[in-house]
Amino acid sequence: MDILQYTAVELAECIRHRKIGTVEALEAVWQRIDAEEAKWNCYITVEREKALKRAATLQRRIEAGEQIGPFAGVPFAVKDNLCTKGIRTTCGSRMLEQFVPTYSAAAVERLEAAGAVIIGKTNMDEFAMGSTTETSYFGVTHNPCDPACVPGGSSGGSAAAVAAGECFAALGTDTGGSVRQPASHCGVVGLKPTYGTVSRYGLVSYASSMDQIGPLGRDVRDCAAILDVIAGRDDRDATSVDRGEQTGFKAALRQDVEGMRIGVPADYFTEGLQPGVRKAVQDAAEVFRANGAVVEYFDLGLTQYVVPAYYTIAAAEASSNLERFDGIKYGYRAQDIGTLHALYQKTRSEGFGAEVKRRILLGTFVLSTGYYDAYYLKAQRVRTRIRRAFDEAFANYDVLLGPVAPTTAPRLGESLSDPLQMYLQDIYTISANLTGMPAISVPCGTDEKGLPVGLQLMGDRLAEGTLLRAAYTYEQAVKTERERNVSDKERG
Amino acid sequence: MITDETIAKIALLAKLELSETEREQAKQDMRKMLGYIDLMNELDTAETEPMSHVFSAENVFREDVVVNGDMREEMLANAQLVKDGMFVVPQTFEG
Repeated sequence: MDILQYTAVELAECIRHRKIGTVEALEAVWQRIDAEEAKWNCYITVEREKALKRAATLQRRIEAGEQIGPFAGVPFAVKDNLCTKGIRTTCGSRMLEQFVPTYSAAAVERLEAAGAVIIGKTNMDEFAMGSTTETSYFGVTHNPCDPACVPGGSSGGSAAAVAAGECFAALGTDTGGSVRQPASHCGVVGLKPTYGTVSRYGLVSYASSMDQIGPLGRDVRDCAAILDVIAGRDDRDATSVDRGEQTGFKAALRQDVEGMRIGVPADYFTEGLQPGVRKAVQDAAEVFRANGAVVEYFDLGLTQYVVPAYYTIAAAEASSNLERFDGIKYGYRAQDIGTLHALYQKTRSEGFGAEVKRRILLGTFVLSTGYYDAYYLKAQRVRTRIRRAFDEAFANYDVLLGPVAPTTAPRLGESLSDPLQMYLQDIYTISANLTGMPAISVPCGTDEKGLPVGLQLMGDRLAEGTLLRAAYTYEQAVKTERERNVSDKERG
Repeated sequence: MITDETIAKIALLAKLELSETEREQAKQDMRKMLGYIDLMNELDTAETEPMSHVFSAENVFREDVVVNGDMREEMLANAQLVKDGMFVVPQTFEG
């Protein structure tokens, strides 16, 4: 079997049993990158020498009988807004084109402690602001399912790298759907954990009350196993949560949804939803029913207020967080400027791209005197109402089911001309960020054009176990169905 | 509501220098976005508490202990202008 066909968990198993060497696994990825990276542009930075050295060291340790960790020798990609000590971290921006962190993000430290080999930093929308990976200073990433299409965003490079076999799994970040939506568009699995489950230490902040790090992988098991590794309370992020006994996400993977109550928000199936997406998602709901779950359509409500509340809060937090880029201690600095304020202005005007400036301006406005109550506080009150609507839903249901995005991957160049239209693409994903609940994107077939559709499952806060069990059950049921169809055909 | 003056004031607060075209674009974009955001006013939220954190936020205290080592050179290496082991900034006071 081709090494690149393995999931991250399968590869780790083969490496542990010395059927595959760590350098051999790494070289398989390099070959794929050499052959295809020019077509996709998944990576901003690739670290060949460091990765090779680390893989060789790990191999020696494995041969010496050391127990290293669940992902010993597995090549991983990391989104370029997560700090990596000694490896350039750009956030897809000219502002950080030459920034080399002196420390690694907590999630990266944990992944490396589990034996992962970080092979490079993936492309993304500038400062994670965008839904297509087209706002990157380092060029667009193409969707491996169709190079004329975007991979989604903002973790588009991570999703495309997993889909193209240019890594075995990847880390992304999700502030409004940035793990789930690119996973959906590229046909891979993407998980956003409950807010606070993964430490944000070393993540370059966008909207701190919603940012969360999550895995992208080939299947549900990979995502659960990666979450097991990266989750955990960290003193360096005061909002991180001590999950105590609740971890052991991989152990939650049982194929069983008998009696599970699944709610499908009817409001998600109104106009604007592409017919091919609607059909794929409704078919997925039937798979749950056929496997013993109780599936009900219900009125969630407030869906039209989700995008306005989200963009107000996200822009406000972004304008505050991005204030730090002033050209002095790190990052881009404008040349030959006489006064301090002019230095700040020039540096930021030349260092940030159009979408980042747009959000900083909106955020500054909604936080400014005279507008704070009408916009920022109003959005926070609406956020409370949205959270309550979901709390009520979870009083009746174990899991909610719907689409990840209203359409499959748009074509390159179609989205940026109308920002509001692009923001509306996030309508199904951002509730999980406003409320803090976990959500996962699992491939559920293709549309009329053959592009992948993602099924979104959402769980109550801290209820990843139930969420992952539902996702795993669906994935296994569909796999069994597909295998049966293939063998039926073979029998003629 | 969004006038040229609003944009000029916001740009100043955001420390962004905008060209003529960018100012015009910002005005259009902001009008459109705010027009859409105004949808929220349909909801009566007078009795609703604002939500700023997912979990109830409390102050988290810890001992103030130094845990990082001396990384002066590595950190200075990220700055564009450095002199005698310090960051260089433009003159901020009249001399």
